[in-house]
Amino acid sequence: MSLPMFPPEQDPGPDFSEVLRRAGLAPFGASGASSVPFAPPLPSVGRGGTPAAFDLAHGTTICAVRYADGVIMAGDRRVTAGPAIAHRTLEKVHPADAHSGVAISGAAGPAVEMVRVFQLQLEHYEKVEGQALSLEGKANQLSQMVRSNLGMAMQGFIVVPLFAGFDLRRGRGRIYTYDPTGGRYEETDYHADGSGGRDARTTIKLGFRERMSREEGIELCVRALWQAADEDSATGGPDAVRGIYPTVATITAEGFFRVPEAEVAQAFQRVIQTLSAAEVHRPHNGPEDEDDAAAAEGGETTRRRGAPRERGEGTGTSRRKRS
Amino acid sequence: MTMPFYVAPEQFMKDKADFARKNIARGRPLVATVYAQGVLICSENSSRSLHKVSEIYDRIAFGGVGKYNEFDQLRVAGVQYADVKGYQFSREDVDARSLANLYARHMGNVFTHEMKPLEVEILVAEVGPEPGRDQMFHILYDGTVVDEDRFTVLGGEADAISGRMARAYEAGWSLRQALSGAVKALGGSDHELRPDELEVAVLDRGNGRRAFRRIVGRELERILSGEPGGAGEAPAESGSSPAEVDAEVAGEVGEVGEVGEVEGEVAGEDGAAAGSSGSEAPTGAGEPPQ
Repeated sequence: MSLPMFPPEQDPGPDFSEVLRRAGLAPFGASGASSVPFAPPLPSVGRGGTPAAFDLAHGTTICAVRYADGVIMAGDRRVTAGPAIAHRTLEKVHPADAHSGVAISGAAGPAVEMVRVFQLQLEHYEKVEGQALSLEGKANQLSQMVRSNLGMAMQGFIVVPLFAGFDLRRGRGRIYTYDPTGGRYEETDYHADGSGGRDARTTIKLGFRERMSREEGIELCVRALWQAADEDSATGGPDAVRGIYPTVATITAEGFFRVPEAEVAQAFQRVIQTLSAAEVHRPHNGPEDEDDAAAAEGGETTRRRGAPRERGEGTGTSRRKRS
Repeated sequence: MTMPFYVAPEQFMKDKADFARKNIARGRPLVATVYAQGVLICSENSSRSLHKVSEIYDRIAFGGVGKYNEFDQLRVAGVQYADVKGYQFSREDVDARSLANLYARHMGNVFTHEMKPLEVEILVAEVGPEPGRDQMFHILYDGTVVDEDRFTVLGGEADAISGRMARAYEAGWSLRQALSGAVKALGGSDHELRPDELEVAVLDRGNGRRAFRRIVGRELERILSGEPGGAGEAPAESGSSPAEVDAEVAGEVGEVGEVGEVEGEVAGEDGAAAGSSGSEAPTGAGEPPQ
């Protein structure tokens, strides 16, 4: 490798993707839509649109919630390849730089690569320019990366990131979501994506409050992931046997910090207590079954039969307070 | 059209070297030294935004003196090289030695083949996993690489400053001792550099993945003034006593006068540091050295 010296009119500046392209390394995004313009979509199966040719590894549920000090991001750890579990411990929530994080869902391979290039891009910019990009600048960078993956997305390799960070200039947490075409949308309070995103979103919608504490925020995210795992086979729940818990991270003015696994495990304990309290004393056969499923789906979301829910919620709350 | 005179290769090279040396000597100096926690880089620079010291990669820093646009181009090339290499292989595979060699090759090539040599001297420093494994490469305008393991001085008055540093240096000194030693060496006894005339950065072993950290503002003032609480170090004095520093002055002033130093300042560079090194008035020389 030689020292990359560019004449002034060809200098790629702080654009790391362009530097990689010049180095002939065809980074993520360089082989995007333009390089495979006429490739027909592969025949797809299943609702995930996985190409039938091979079972592609897919990551699943991720979410981000605004709270008093900034943003909390969380994601499960499971990767599936068709019906099989491909990997149990993939991290889907990554620091993008000191004050922002990116979570990934979709085709695991391109998604992990996208995060890697994105992290490098932000760091490269910071080093070359001597200062970090604004939060909006970072969100737009990611948007361009997603857009350049459109060609791959058309063939089933969809990557949908979720970007969140603490805006140091405005002093608050912000959340950005994307669609496969690179469309960038700012969410005001929360969002969840991936195959279990819908279930997670519903849970967060019902539990969200302004200015939640850190503990409440973590518990809400964990509850959302549990509900997603309950409904979606591709989302992994907590694995107490192996000690695998979802990745949870907080992003505040102080920066991006992983929530210790023990703390996530405790939050899960509390959620599980609440949820299991709603299940107690109910026979798992006969006509009551239907009610069971509904209660499990979203403890607080079910309102068809008031009594069991009241009982469950009450017990859960008191237990939570004790723990 | 007149035919060019024949110029002997020796003379040609010597002219180029003299040209580069003269212009580099006009630049304000930079000192780098190893200390207990890593590498300290300290330079005289009154600009807040035009840096002479910068981060290249996780454990590698860059320092440059001379013509700003030339060493800044080298810096950016270094960042690009390091980031590409880290992406292509692994972050662990990016090291100062290979980067220093590339710089040396480039600068040597320019010196030999181009009309004008680069008017810069650069430093590539890497902090090691433990003390004793820090590396500093000092690369000259003609591509000569010097590997230093205690301290190195770049830019004008390098010999005088090196002499002062050699007396002040102590193996395993603390950040406070190292910084005070470096600042005294830079300023000499006739001039005490103020915090706003300094650009200071460290490669700190304890700083996580990205070891590079600038020391600015209050922290710099605190460390320099010897207040407790700055970087958590004992306020012990460095080995260079005022008497020793005094003895240096005569030689240094003579040297400056000899070179006929010109401090062509731009607005951003102007200010306290201008004229501080006992130099003549600005004569409006083209590019301001850093």
